[in-house]
Amino acid sequence: MATITYRDALNQALREEMQRDDTVFLMGEEVGVYQGAYKVSRGLLEEFGPSRVVDTPIAELSFAGIGVGAAMVGLRPVIEFMTWNFALLAIDQVVNSAAKMLYMSGGQTPMPVVFRGPGGAALQLGAQHSQALEAWFAHVPGLKVVAPATPYDAKGLLKSAIRDNNPVVFLEGEMLYNTKGEVPEEEYAIPLGSAEVKRAGTDVTLVCHSKTVAVALRAADRLADEHGIAAEVVDLRTIRPLDVDTLVTSVRKTNRCVVIEEGWYFCGVGAQVVDELQREAFDHLDAPILRVTQADVPMPYNKLLERAAKPSPEQVLEAVRRVAYLER
Amino acid sequence: MTAATHSGASLDPTRKAFYHGLLRQMVQLRRFEERAGEAYAQGRIGGFCHLYIGQEAVATGAISALRDDDYLFASYREHAHALVRGTPARAVMAELFGKATGCSGGKGGSMHLFDAPRHFLGGHAIVGSHIPIAAGAGFAIKSRGTDQVAVCFFGEAAVNIGAFHETLNMAALWELPAIFICENNRYGMGTALERAAAVYDIAHRACSYDMASETADGMDVLAMYEVTARAVERARERKLPTLIEARTYRYMGHSMADPIHGHYRTKEELEEQKARDPIEHLTGLLREGELLTDAERDALRQSVEEEIADAVQFADESPDPEPGALYTDVYAD
Repeated sequence: MATITYRDALNQALREEMQRDDTVFLMGEEVGVYQGAYKVSRGLLEEFGPSRVVDTPIAELSFAGIGVGAAMVGLRPVIEFMTWNFALLAIDQVVNSAAKMLYMSGGQTPMPVVFRGPGGAALQLGAQHSQALEAWFAHVPGLKVVAPATPYDAKGLLKSAIRDNNPVVFLEGEMLYNTKGEVPEEEYAIPLGSAEVKRAGTDVTLVCHSKTVAVALRAADRLADEHGIAAEVVDLRTIRPLDVDTLVTSVRKTNRCVVIEEGWYFCGVGAQVVDELQREAFDHLDAPILRVTQADVPMPYNKLLERAAKPSPEQVLEAVRRVAYLER
Repeated sequence: MTAATHSGASLDPTRKAFYHGLLRQMVQLRRFEERAGEAYAQGRIGGFCHLYIGQEAVATGAISALRDDDYLFASYREHAHALVRGTPARAVMAELFGKATGCSGGKGGSMHLFDAPRHFLGGHAIVGSHIPIAAGAGFAIKSRGTDQVAVCFFGEAAVNIGAFHETLNMAALWELPAIFICENNRYGMGTALERAAAVYDIAHRACSYDMASETADGMDVLAMYEVTARAVERARERKLPTLIEARTYRYMGHSMADPIHGHYRTKEELEEQKARDPIEHLTGLLREGELLTDAERDALRQSVEEEIADAVQFADESPDPEPGALYTDVYAD
């Protein structure tokens, strides 16, 4: 198995799906000549030409709409947003058009479009470039929402997203592009809607996705070393549809749970996870479920303040000590 | 402005059937909307219902210049566009009634009519949101190398949104086979165009994007047909977009829930505009050219009356969607 970056795994997924199906095309700012703002589309213009790797002006709302229209008449657009912060300009097309077209047409208009790009905070990019918006999109019926944590998942999930006949919001981690992992040479795809146990354990379930998987895994290492606690790390991978079965199975085993996410606390992804677990696993819980999220503030620029705002292994450790009643 | 140059004498007698088709179409739209208005007043149609009365020449003339496989996108004032495209009056009326037999299965309503097999792709109720969507169909046509055209109908209030400008820029930059037809009925709800736009001539906005544009008399169905035919040729043969401004007028309020006149326009203005009625205009031309007899006119009206009465009865008697329809069509397989 080759060890490649998250960026190159996404690039492979795009290349393979564009080779496999000539209705797939990539559109967005700087995807072609510039090779991608984050180099995810490196080499694709050269291989597929300008009619399938389409550089756009800065016009998020309308190139998202062009994707919606192209999907309605039989193409499979992959619309790249330079970041999901900028995609807020296009939310009308994602929420009002893409998510509802099938329903309000009584089933006549499938919408096989992928909206993708990096989300979450990087380093000192300030309040307007640092948002994790999974919860915004996951709220909307008609959308699927995916946020992979590893190169293996990124490739397998993007391939499934492109083949899906529904609009998929695909949130990549800006800080994950350079991370490396093993990706098989042979063809594979990961079904949307399946969580994965990234590390097995018996004492507490750490629910996470995207960048917070690394946070949870670091916390799990320290829990084992410092407290002898065996944490089970469950990576949601897909936010909607949510794989409740895997969550419930884990919590039935561990009886304790901490949910970690990069987004904000209020109405966050974790709020939904907690809701599902209190109904489906109430009798199996030995402690209230706690959440670790970004601080409930716009992201500050200052390095120390920014660090304090982001979910950290230390915060996870503290939450685990509390659900294990090691600390009040 | 492209003048309404037609006179009765200039009509081509060999095209009598075509003219009669246009007349019947406009009468059908008028009677459909009048009966829809009645049904709304009786509470048989819910929600918002935006009638097209007064604007019949625009959809009739423009869509008559298209091929059946060209793609159509329209705003929420779109009963007419579906009907001209050929969606049966029964299916459109049943959709307004929210019935399972409606063209969107009762789940779209007046503002979300769809008929995908006839390439009628909505029914979009966020002002101007379908302008980029139509350009997306144009992008797909160009990408596939076919010779269809994507046509988008929207009101004049939509030209002030960002997506209008973003889309015209990309459509011109990428040379998309798209036709943008602005139905300028002079009021965005109750706001007159001159109170909302710094530039009165909407067609002039195409200059910003080096796009072809024309202004047409939207009360003259033959003018609408001709201006659209020129845009179709430009799109089909040369893959170039066009912006058409159709100057028209709506006789009713913005929606059935809104006043017909009042603070924003006078009754006198309305009556003055009705003197330019598109149905009367074409009827006058045909009479002048001796291409329409009283008997032909009466037969045409009678056949429309029967068609619309049948549509209302069909809608009335059709079943509501099954309760299970609530949860279908959220996701495709």
